[in-house]
Amino acid sequence: MAALAAIALLLVAAVFGPSLAPYSEDAEGAIHADARLRPPSGAHPFGTDELGRDVFSRVLIGARISLSVGVIVLVIGVTIGTILGAIAGFVGGRVGEAIMRFTDITITIPELILALAITAVLGRSLGNTMLAIGLVRWPIYCRLVQAQVAGLATEPFVEAAVAGGGGPARVLLRHILPNCVSPVIVRASLDMGLAILTAAALGFLGLGAQEPIPEWGAMVSNARNTFPTAWWSATFPGLAIFMTVFAFNVLGDGLRDVLDPRTTD
Amino acid sequence: MFVQYVGRRLALIPITLLGVSAIVFLLARIVPGDPAQLAAGDQATPEMVEAFRQEYRLDRPIWEQYVAFLGGLLQGELGRSMFTGRPVLDDLRAFLPATLELTAVGITLALLIGVPAGVFSALYRNRWPDQLARGLALTGVSFPVFWLALMLQLLLAVSLDLLPIGGRFPAAYKGPATITGLYTLDFALARDAEGVGLALRHLLLPALCLAVGSVASITRITRTSVLDVLGRDFIRTSRAMGLPERVVIGKYVLKNAFIATLTMLGVALTYMLAGSVLVESVFDWPGIGLYAFKSIIQLDFQPIAAFTLLVGTMVALVNLGVDVLYGVFDPRIRR
Repeated sequence: MAALAAIALLLVAAVFGPSLAPYSEDAEGAIHADARLRPPSGAHPFGTDELGRDVFSRVLIGARISLSVGVIVLVIGVTIGTILGAIAGFVGGRVGEAIMRFTDITITIPELILALAITAVLGRSLGNTMLAIGLVRWPIYCRLVQAQVAGLATEPFVEAAVAGGGGPARVLLRHILPNCVSPVIVRASLDMGLAILTAAALGFLGLGAQEPIPEWGAMVSNARNTFPTAWWSATFPGLAIFMTVFAFNVLGDGLRDVLDPRTTD
Repeated sequence: MFVQYVGRRLALIPITLLGVSAIVFLLARIVPGDPAQLAAGDQATPEMVEAFRQEYRLDRPIWEQYVAFLGGLLQGELGRSMFTGRPVLDDLRAFLPATLELTAVGITLALLIGVPAGVFSALYRNRWPDQLARGLALTGVSFPVFWLALMLQLLLAVSLDLLPIGGRFPAAYKGPATITGLYTLDFALARDAEGVGLALRHLLLPALCLAVGSVASITRITRTSVLDVLGRDFIRTSRAMGLPERVVIGKYVLKNAFIATLTMLGVALTYMLAGSVLVESVFDWPGIGLYAFKSIIQLDFQPIAAFTLLVGTMVALVNLGVDVLYGVFDPRIRR
């Protein structure tokens, strides 16, 4: 429940960030050379960074980026994974085998590393980061959906649907896939945290959103130049990442307990 | 039977490696813009780009390029790094031992923390130790590992001065004669106890950062398998026969839990190799992770591609090893 409250807070920050932030211009390129590296104070609760920008405002506005990255990454991953998994599970045979082999191979390369290789090829930007992470996330959903669809494909109700004259696409969409929704949702809610972590890591590597966009991972990376003396500019963005991911993980855990009671003890 | 099982698993390896190499190859070729430009880098002149194109036969059909790529791979041709100036193969060979050592210590730490936590969780199921362990595990996977590294560095190395800030050993200390490249081993072989101690001290923080993410999954899997084993008949029989609890747990439960934890090793390694890029950069650890980090910062693509290939290969081989060990310990799956 506390996790839901935290996420609600996050959503508020994401939506209303620029209006709530005391120095929203700091997220858009403003620089205050005279206010560099001020420690946390009343005027700047999280201090200022190496360009004099208010860290609190930038963290607040960065919420929007982190949340949208997480959502878009999951949409890409779930979509591709579901399509491929459904085909593999329903059609089976050589095609199914081939798809699952490809899935296994993709999983062999750690996600972060494959994502960074893809981003390096596509070019540094937030959009490319989201695409790259989505492209490495799909195998998980493919496996999940394939297992579900393959299991359901032999059920009587599916046979009935096919006998009733339904083409494969219709049978899949109307009858099989709706039954796969629950595990996918559980998985996706658990993955939200991971997606945000991966995006932050890519941001830390300089591959994500470019200046002056206040992406949390990139903020931690920029703060390294003045670390550890100006500890606040690295600590608070990172803390924001941690708390966001933690909230989603707790939420996902809770959702799993509710929707998939088999896994609780 | 066992030989057949191993044989089957071994046969998958070339396919997996081919697949990984194909992915890396495609990444370098299916590029918006000019692959030769990508390989040559931002600073290349048009003449240099053309030279690259000729050398890497980028004007040939794609399957011909792939065959040439594979041929080059088998000869150890992985390109050249722009910032070290050396062939990438030499760079990777030089930096790999540091990462191997770090990962080994990381996995050890993860097991040392995760397995007891999992056993405790199972024994005190649903009571406060269980809740605490699960809460801590959930916290552990939520940390951005690069931020955790910075915070631990700030707290333990800078503020409290308990551990070194970075590097593999103090600048003033003379390094060991390189035999394996694993400093703890090399110092031990040179009978330098102080050196071993120093190397371990330097390993502790980075390895801990790497371990934190895996502790959660190891805890969870140990807990599940211990609970599973505890519920079985032969455990009740052992207890009914009067065997002390210590023996029941030590002998049967742990052995079965070990098998389940084995499956986590592949996952843990995957996670740690990815994490190495971030953790090594924070602690200035001269491994392949830091090498990849520097290559990424400069968008030096050939080292990035080679690194991806290397890591994919390592994971594939470890997964094979885990599967084989699984077959050794659990005869049921050798069908």
